[in-house]
Amino acid sequence: MAMNPHSASDTPADNQRLYLTLAVVVVAVILPFVVKNFLIFQLTLAMVYAIAILGLNLLTGFNGQFSLGHSAFFAIGAYTAAILMDHWDVAYYWTLPAAGIACMISGFLFGLPALRLEGIYLALATFSLAVAAPQILKSSPLEPWTGGVQGITIIKPDAPFGLPLNSDQWLYFFTLALLLALFAGAANLVNSRTGRAIMAIRDNSIAARSMGIDVSLYKALTFGVSAFYTGVAGALGAIVIQFVAPDSFTFVLAIGLFVGLVVGGVGSIAGTLFGGLFVLFVPNIAEHISKGLAGAVYGIILILVIYLMPSGAAGLARLIGTKLARRHS
Amino acid sequence: MSAATKMSAAPISATEASNGMELFLHQVLAGLATGGIYACMALAIVMIYQAIDSLNFAQGEMAMFSTFIAWQLIQWGLPYWVAFFATIGISFAAGVAIERIVFKPLRDAPLLSHIVVFIALFAILNSLAGFIWDFSIKSFPSPFGSRPLFGGLVSMHDAGMVFVTVILMLLLFVFFRYTRIGLAMRATAANPDSARLVGIRVGWMVALGWGMAAAIGAVAGMLIAPIVFLEPNMMLSILLYGFAAAVVGGLNSPLGAVVGGFTVGVIENLAGTFIPYIGRELKLTIALALIVAVLTLKPSGLFGKTIVHRV
Amino acid sequence: MTSPLLSVRGLNAFYGDTQVLHGLNFEVAEGGITALLGANGAGKTSTLRALSGMIRATGDIVFSGLSIGGRITEEIARLGIAHVPEGRGTFTRMTVDENLQLGAMTRSDRAGIAADKERVYGYLPKLGNRRGQQAGTLSGGEQQMLAIARALMLRPRLMLLDEPSFGLAPIVIAEVFATLRKLNADEGTSMLLVEQNATAAIDLADQAYLIETGNLVMGGAAVDVGRDENVRRAYLGY
Repeated sequence: MAMNPHSASDTPADNQRLYLTLAVVVVAVILPFVVKNFLIFQLTLAMVYAIAILGLNLLTGFNGQFSLGHSAFFAIGAYTAAILMDHWDVAYYWTLPAAGIACMISGFLFGLPALRLEGIYLALATFSLAVAAPQILKSSPLEPWTGGVQGITIIKPDAPFGLPLNSDQWLYFFTLALLLALFAGAANLVNSRTGRAIMAIRDNSIAARSMGIDVSLYKALTFGVSAFYTGVAGALGAIVIQFVAPDSFTFVLAIGLFVGLVVGGVGSIAGTLFGGLFVLFVPNIAEHISKGLAGAVYGIILILVIYLMPSGAAGLARLIGTKLARRHS
Repeated sequence: MSAATKMSAAPISATEASNGMELFLHQVLAGLATGGIYACMALAIVMIYQAIDSLNFAQGEMAMFSTFIAWQLIQWGLPYWVAFFATIGISFAAGVAIERIVFKPLRDAPLLSHIVVFIALFAILNSLAGFIWDFSIKSFPSPFGSRPLFGGLVSMHDAGMVFVTVILMLLLFVFFRYTRIGLAMRATAANPDSARLVGIRVGWMVALGWGMAAAIGAVAGMLIAPIVFLEPNMMLSILLYGFAAAVVGGLNSPLGAVVGGFTVGVIENLAGTFIPYIGRELKLTIALALIVAVLTLKPSGLFGKTIVHRV
Repeated sequence: MTSPLLSVRGLNAFYGDTQVLHGLNFEVAEGGITALLGANGAGKTSTLRALSGMIRATGDIVFSGLSIGGRITEEIARLGIAHVPEGRGTFTRMTVDENLQLGAMTRSDRAGIAADKERVYGYLPKLGNRRGQQAGTLSGGEQQMLAIARALMLRPRLMLLDEPSFGLAPIVIAEVFATLRKLNADEGTSMLLVEQNATAAIDLADQAYLIETGNLVMGGAAVDVGRDENVRRAYLGY
C-alpha cells in the first residue's frame, strides 16, 4: 500500500492498491459507530501518532536526516495548542495551523546547525534535544505559560453544528480528515520535483549539489516541514488527551516515534499508519504478556521486527504483493 | 552573573572577593569530582566508538547491569575485589556474546536498524534489571572508603575514582597507539573492507571491541554506584554526560574523554551555582547544549583528529 | 613449463541475482604480469572482487596449488594475495606510516617489517617524506603509491591492482607503472592488473586478456593483443 511515485499507468497492481485504500477508508469511517468510546479514543491517538511519524518520515525516511528528537516538536505543537486554548480561548481548530507554524519555524531553526551533522552524530544531537525538552518545559522562567510540572488541562470540543456525534467520535473524524489531507499533501510533495530533490540529497548529497540542488536550503526546509507535521500532530494530541504536561514528552516518546517509523517502513507514507498503531498498542501488549518484563518483551519484539521485517510493514507488504503478482502471471 | 556580585550592589570588598573566589574554587573542585564519573563513562564510549565507529545508546544500561551483577556477587559473600574482577570478566564475555549473537547478523544493515537494536537492548537490560533486582535503591560499597578530603567537598572515593580512570585512560591510550591489535581495531572501525584486504579478521576485532567496552563500562558502573546509588535508572543521565564529555574531548581520544569529563563536570557545577534560577533546573540541558555546540562548531572536539575528506 | 601462480577456470560472479561474469578463463604466471583490459562496466573490478572473495562467485580458482574459491577475504589475503582495490582503499584517517603498518598485519617478524618499511620508503621517497601525515590529505598519485606500498608490506606473492591509473595525470601514471615494473623485476612479485588505460597496461604486462560485458573475448601475449586490429581501434585509439 506504499504510495508509489511511478504509478502513472493503470496497471492491475495499481487498481488493487486503489481498491485496498478505498476499503480501508470505508472501514475507518464505519468504525466509530460500532466500537466503544475508549477504542475510538485509542484509534484517534494512533492516527495522531501516524501523523507525527509521517513528519519524522519526511525528514529521516525521505531526506536521510536522523532524528531521535521529534518529541520536542510534538511538545511544542501540543503546548502551543494548550496555551492558545487555555490563555486566550482560541478555538481548537485554529490552534492547529498555529502549532504547525510555530514548529515549522523552530524546526527550520534547529535544521540550520543540524546541517553540519550526520548519521549517529545527528542522532545524538537530536536525542539531546529530546532529553532537554521536558527540563526546559518545567523550568521556572517558562512556568507562567506552561504551568510547570502540573501542565495545562484543556476541554474537549463537542461536535459542531449539532451533529449526532459524541466528542470522541467527532475528534476521530476530525483527525481522520486531517490525516487524509496531510497524507495527500505528503504524497504530493514526495512525487514532485521538490520531493525528488529531497530524496536525491538522501541518496547522495554531493551528487545532488553538483546537479544544482541547494542542499543546505532543502535540508533545513525539510526539517521545518517535518516539524510542521509533527507539531500539528502534537496539537491534535493535546486536544484529544485534554492535557499537556512536561513528562508526557520525554525521550521515550522520541524513541517511540523513531521505532514507529522503522516498523512502519522508512520512506513509506502508508506505513506510518502501521507505525502509529504499533506505538500505541505494542507497549500495552508487551505489558499484557509480562507485567514485570514489559520492557524486555518490547525490546525483543523490536529485535524480531528488525530481523524479520527490516524494511518494516511496508516492505513486507511490498514483498507479499510481488509474490502474489508473480503467482498470477 | 556571579554569586559574589549578587551579594552586594556596592563595589566588592576584599573579603567578599575572596569569598566569591573560594566559592568558585569549591565548585570547581566539586565539579572535578563529579567530572570523574563522566570521564569514566566517556572512556567506555570512546572504546566502543573506536571499535564500531558508532555510539551505543545502551552502553549505560550495560554498565548498570554489570554493576548489579557485582552487587549480587558481593551479596553472595564474595570479597569486593574478587567480585570486581569477576564482573569485569563476565562483562567482557557478555559484550562479545552480544556482538556475536545480536549484531553480527546485522553487519550489512543500515544505521537505522542498528539504532533500533540499541534501543531494544536498552529496554531489555533496564527491564530485566528491574525484574531481577527491583527498583529500590541499593548501596554499593567503595574500595576507597568515604573519608572526606579538602574540607568535605571531595571524598577518598572521588579521588580513587579519578585515579582508576586515569590509569584506564593510559592503558587505552597505549593500547590504541602502540599495539598491533589496537591499530587493527581502529582500521576495522574506519574501513572494514580495506581491513579485510590486509588480512585483519574483522569479525573478531569488532567482537573484541564490544567486550572491552563492556568491561570498561563495568568498571565505570562499579565506581559510580557508590556515589549515585544503585538502581536500574541510574545510568541514563550519566550516559548523556558521558556522551557530552566524549564529544567535547574528541570521540577518538582517551585523553580527550577524561579531560572532557572534568570539563563537563566543572561547567555543570559552575552553571548550577552561578546562573540564577535555571542553573540548577537545567543542568542536564547544559550538558546537552554542550554536545550540540561542540558537534556543530568543532566536531573533532579538543583532542580528536580532524578528518579530512577528499571528494 | 611451470604451472601458473594463479589459474582461473570458468569463473562466474554475481551481484545478488545478477550475473556479471560468464565463465572467465585466465592465468597469471609465476613472476609475470597479466593485464585484464576492458571498458567501463566490462567486469574488470568484479573479477578482482571475485578473486578476493568479496562477491559471490563459482568456478575454479587455484592459487599456488590451493583452491581459494569460497574463502573469505581475510583468509585469501593471508595466503599472500594483496589486493589494491578500486578507490585505493586507503585508511584516510591514519598516517602514511600506520597504513604501511597495517599492510603488514598478517606478519609477525618485527625486524622484517621495519626493514620492509624502509625499503618501501626507498622506492617511494615522496611517501617517506610524509610518514606522519594523515593519508587522506595525500594527492591522488601519492595515495595510489601508498596503496601499492601497503600491498607490498604484505610480502605478497600476487598483487591484484584495480585500475592503478585511475584519475591520475599521464606523467603520474608513467611514474606508477615504472614503479610496478621495477617491483616486478626486483622482487619477482606477480601481478594481475585490470585497466581501462590499455596503452599503459599493454606496455607493462606480459599477458593480456580483453573483457567485454563479463565475457573474455581475447587473450594472449600482451604484445600480440596490442597489435590486434579491433583492440587498436577500440581501446588504443588508432
